[in-house]
Order: sequence, then C-alpha cells, then structure tokens
Amino acid sequence: MKILVCISNVPDTTTKITFTPDNKQFNTAGVQFVINPYDEYALTRAIELKEAQGGTVTVLNVGEADTEANIRKALAIGADDAIRVNAKPTDAFFVATQIANIAKQENYDLILMGKESVDYNGFQVHGMVAEMLGIPSITPGVKLDVNGNTATVQREIEGGHEIIDAQLPIVVSAQQPMCEPRIPNMRGIMTARTKPLKVVEPTGSATKTEIDAFSLPPQKTGVKMISPENAGELITLLRNEAKVI
Amino acid sequence: MSVLVVIECANGEVKKSSLEAATYGSKVAQQMGTTATAIAIGDISEENLKHLGAQGIKKVLFDNDARLKNFVNLAYVKVIAAAAQKEDSKVIILSNTNIGAAIGSRLAVRLEASLATNVVALPEISGSTFKVKRGVYSGKAFAEVNLTSDRKIIAVKKNTIEVGHEAGEASVENFSASLTDADFAAAPKEVIQQTGDILLPEADIVVSGGRGLKGPENWHLVEDLAKALGAATACSKPVADVDWRPHHEHVGQTGITVSPNLYIAIGISGAIQHLAGVNSSKVIVVINKDPEAPFFKAADYGIVGDAFEVVPKLIEAAKQLH
Ligand SMILES: Cc1cc2nc3c(=O)[nH]c(=O)nc-3n(C[C@H](O)[C@H](O)[C@H](O)COP(=O)(O)OP(=O)(O)OC[C@H]3O[C@@H](n4cnc5c(N)ncnc54)[C@H](O)[C@@H]3O)c2cc1C
Repeated sequence: MKILVCISNVPDTTTKITFTPDNKQFNTAGVQFVINPYDEYALTRAIELKEAQGGTVTVLNVGEADTEANIRKALAIGADDAIRVNAKPTDAFFVATQIANIAKQENYDLILMGKESVDYNGFQVHGMVAEMLGIPSITPGVKLDVNGNTATVQREIEGGHEIIDAQLPIVVSAQQPMCEPRIPNMRGIMTARTKPLKVVEPTGSATKTEIDAFSLPPQKTGVKMISPENAGELITLLRNEAKVI
Repeated sequence: MSVLVVIECANGEVKKSSLEAATYGSKVAQQMGTTATAIAIGDISEENLKHLGAQGIKKVLFDNDARLKNFVNLAYVKVIAAAAQKEDSKVIILSNTNIGAAIGSRLAVRLEASLATNVVALPEISGSTFKVKRGVYSGKAFAEVNLTSDRKIIAVKKNTIEVGHEAGEASVENFSASLTDADFAAAPKEVIQQTGDILLPEADIVVSGGRGLKGPENWHLVEDLAKALGAATACSKPVADVDWRPHHEHVGQTGITVSPNLYIAIGISGAIQHLAGVNSSKVIVVINKDPEAPFFKAADYGIVGDAFEVVPKLIEAAKQLH
C-alpha cells in the first residue's frame, strides 16, 4: 500500500500568539514550530498500517526550507521518504493544489492528513484534495482500518458516528483517538538523516483568499469571585446578571 | 442571484446551528440587496421547513430522496452544487460543523469559490471587496480575510448570531439532482447515534470536568449540574486520554471547540491548549481549589474551593430555578 501523509508546520501549542506591529503577519520571534498535532495521528496511523500490511509512507509538506527539521522528525518517526514543495502555504486552495498535483503523478492508495492545522484552522485541505482528484474524502476519521482494497473508517459527525466502507484510493482526515502518536527514537533519528527528502517547486500560485489583518480577542475585564460558602449565589448571578441560564 | 443557505437536519428538526446559518444568510442577503434561499436534504418534513421563514428564508429547495436521510458526502455536494447553479448563488452559507467542512471543502473546488470556515461575524461588503472575520490559532486570534473569487462559501461558527424570529413562512419546492452510484461510493453503512444527551457542539450551556475530579466515579457532579441547567457535558484532554470520559467530550485545541453562552469548568487548570477550545464562550465560570489556577484569568465568575463541596451547592441552587 502506498500512503501519502500531508503534514504542516505549526507553532507549538503553548505559544502565546502575537503579530507584527502592522498586524499583517504572525510574529515568529522565539516561536518553536512542531508537526501539527492532528497530522501526528495521520502519520502514526500510516506507519502502523505499513508495519502491519507492508507498503510505503511518504510525507509531504508545502513549506519553505525552515520546515525541514519537522520533515526529518516525521522521517524519524517512521516515514520512508519525504517531499517538500518549496513555497509558503498561502491558503488552503494553494496547498491543496500542490498536494493534488503530486498525488496525480504518484497514484497513492491512501492520502492521510490531520483534520485541520492548529494555526489556520481551515478544515478544508482534505476535501479540496479529494475533489481535485475525484475521489472520496472521509472527514474527520477517528478510526481507520484497511483490508485489501477496502478502507473502513469511523467518522465523527455532530451527535454520533458513521461507519463507512470505501474502496481505495481515498482521502481521510485524522483526529484522535485514531492512534497513540509516536515520538522518534534514537535509531529513527539516525536513519532519518539519510532518508530521501525531495524538494520540488510549486505549480502555479493561485489562491482564493487573502489575509488582510490579524487581531487578538478582547481581554476579559476581570473575574468576579464568589465565596465557596455562598456558592449558590453564583446561580443567581448567572440568571439575573449574566442572563445565561 | 439569491444567497443559498445549507440546512442540516437531525431527527426531523432543523439543527440549531442551521437556524443560525439561516439567520446569517438572510442578513447577508439584505446586505447584498437580494433574498435568501435554503437547500434542505434528508430527514425533515415540509412543515418544519416552512418555519425557516422566521429566520428570513423566503424559499426552501427540498430534496427528500430517501437514500439521503443520512449524510452522504458526495451526493449532498452534488445536490447543493446543483441548487447553487439553479439559484445562481454567489454566496453560500454553511454551519461550521464536521458536515459543513465535508461539504464546503469539496464545493469550493467544484464551484471555484473562495471558502472561509470558522467565521465569527457578518461580512463587510463594499464594492468588490468581501471580507470576513474568522477564528485562527485555535481560538487565540482572529483573521480578517478577503474572499477574492466571484463566488464565496462561508461556514458560520456557532453563536455568531442570534437566531431570528420574524413573522412569515418560507415556500417549499421539491428539488433533486441526478445522482449516480458513484455519488454513494463512500456512503455510511451504519450510523451510531449518540442518544439522550444534549449534543456538545450544539449546546448553549456546557459543564466541563478536569483531572481535579479525581476519577470517573465522581462524574455525577458534572452530570447532575448539567442536568439541572439543561447543559451538555465536556471534559479536558487528560480525562479523555485515561478513558474517564469518551473522546467526543474532549474540548480544546486538539478536541472540540465550543462557543456556548455559558461554560462551567470544574477542576480544570486552564492550560493554554484547553483555553483555546473554550475561550469564545460568552460567559466562563471556573471552580478550582487553587487560587493561582490560570483559568481564573480567562473567567467571568470564579469560586476558589473544593469541587466536592461547591458543586453540590450549585446543583441544589440550580434545581431551585425550576
Ligand atoms: C499538543 C498538546 C495538545 C493539547 N490539547 C489539549 C486539549 O485540546 N484540551 C485539553 O484540555 N488539554 C490539552 N492539552 C493538555 C493541557 O496542556 C493540560 O495538560 C490539560 O488541559 C490539563 O487538564 P486538567 O486541567 O484537567 O488537569 P490538571 O492540569 O491536572 O488540572 C487539574 C486542576 O484541578 C484542580 N483541582 C484539583 N482538585 C480539585 C478539587 N477537589 N476541587 C477543585 N479543583 C481541584 C487543580 O487545582 C488543577 O488546577 C494538550 C497538550 C499538548 C501538549
């Protein structure tokens, strides 16, 4: 089985988010970048499937050279080879176009990615790639198994789950508890250095959205404390003051 | 050239998130000097669809194909794309749900549209610019985004707009697209409904518990308070990781994002990844025995105290409300 895992490079989840003074760009000063947490589920599940059934796992990132540390990390976790499309991931449509172009040349059986990246929170790339390739996408998947040419996916919907059997090739976006994400071990880190990482140039530059400015949410004005002895008072305040119950 | 609103239905009712989307869509239509049409598929009656008039919808296109009772991604996208073509809709409104994302991402490619998910306000439209505000960095920030294609698709986050209550009924028209076997290629073979409880993504009030509650045997505190308030229950990530609670209750940066009117956090420290999933809630209440817990900084009301003493008092007081 030939599996493609798409990963994005995002600020560590503990990052305090700030922007450049003109509010046009994310301020990367002092920020550590990690593999998008949802993509770690996709990557680990791909590696588990490969270990159980044979095949290859290729990781793909659309990003500039500074993402290579995290691509190497994905190789250390167990991917076989990597492709970096040398471009800033300007919007979901652009990223999906790049992924679809590579997938068209390689005929992967399964394309996995996180349901969204925790920076842009688009929740779009999975379906865009699938539509560009004319194959089904199942999103978000919380369980994934493959048996021969059939994938069985448990998909989370609001208020329940769907069980879906689909013929490969398909796209699945991952969310926990799909698997327990792995961290690289020493041997993985050593072998990752020599695994192939191919850099390709993007095709086109078309986007469909443009970020105009960023802003931060308003600060809370302060918390009103209620003594634990009079805890019931809270309920009165929620009804009469905050008017939310 | 109407604005098209995609309606999600469950158990014969229009979902609350779709009532909000319908209200949003009719406001956008007003901004653009046109009307709002809805497309509804699946498990709903014509009678219930007429009530969308209250949210400002003038006309509902209704596909009651029995095969589409449950969500079938490819088939739904085909029907909605056909409706958008028929109505020549330049703006399509979805709910920011798993279903909305599954539809919107494909539809955007098929209709060559700009797509903005997680939208938190009405658009700013002037001349040829069409700008929306959306949540980014897992609720830690917002971005103003220009949608540059001729056609735009917007997925509206819950609680962005108050559900409208106008007088008037929508007209309902039957609608269908010609579906083939390929459109059912990844149709669900089984749907497991979560029954009984109030659904977390739809809830107006959420009561959430963290590791401070010590173990699953103490969850009656969360459940009883939720019941007394008509709330959904949620939890922090470590609670789901050790299986005290199911994963679909886990809120935060790597779980569900919620934006209810009221979020009550019991025994949750308020780690940045947890806050990311809840900080767009209108009112936040924090109950924690540690006065230094970071969650108090994000709270509107707080009680420093032992959950095992405080919560029973809240349950009592909440029961008195009825
Ligand atoms: C990549 C990544 C992603 C993450 N994503 C998420 C996410 O999506 N959601 C999430 O929740 N976390 C997430 N986390 C974990 C997060 O960092 C915290 O570890 C987690 O939120 C802590 O959960 P908690 O508050 O329940 O537990 P703790 O941090 O252990 O806090 C327990 C709290 O309970 C209080 N307490 C104890 N006893 C009592 C009592 N008797 N009465 C009242 N209060 C009491 C304590 O004072 C403490 O504040 C993520 C972490 C990483 C690294």
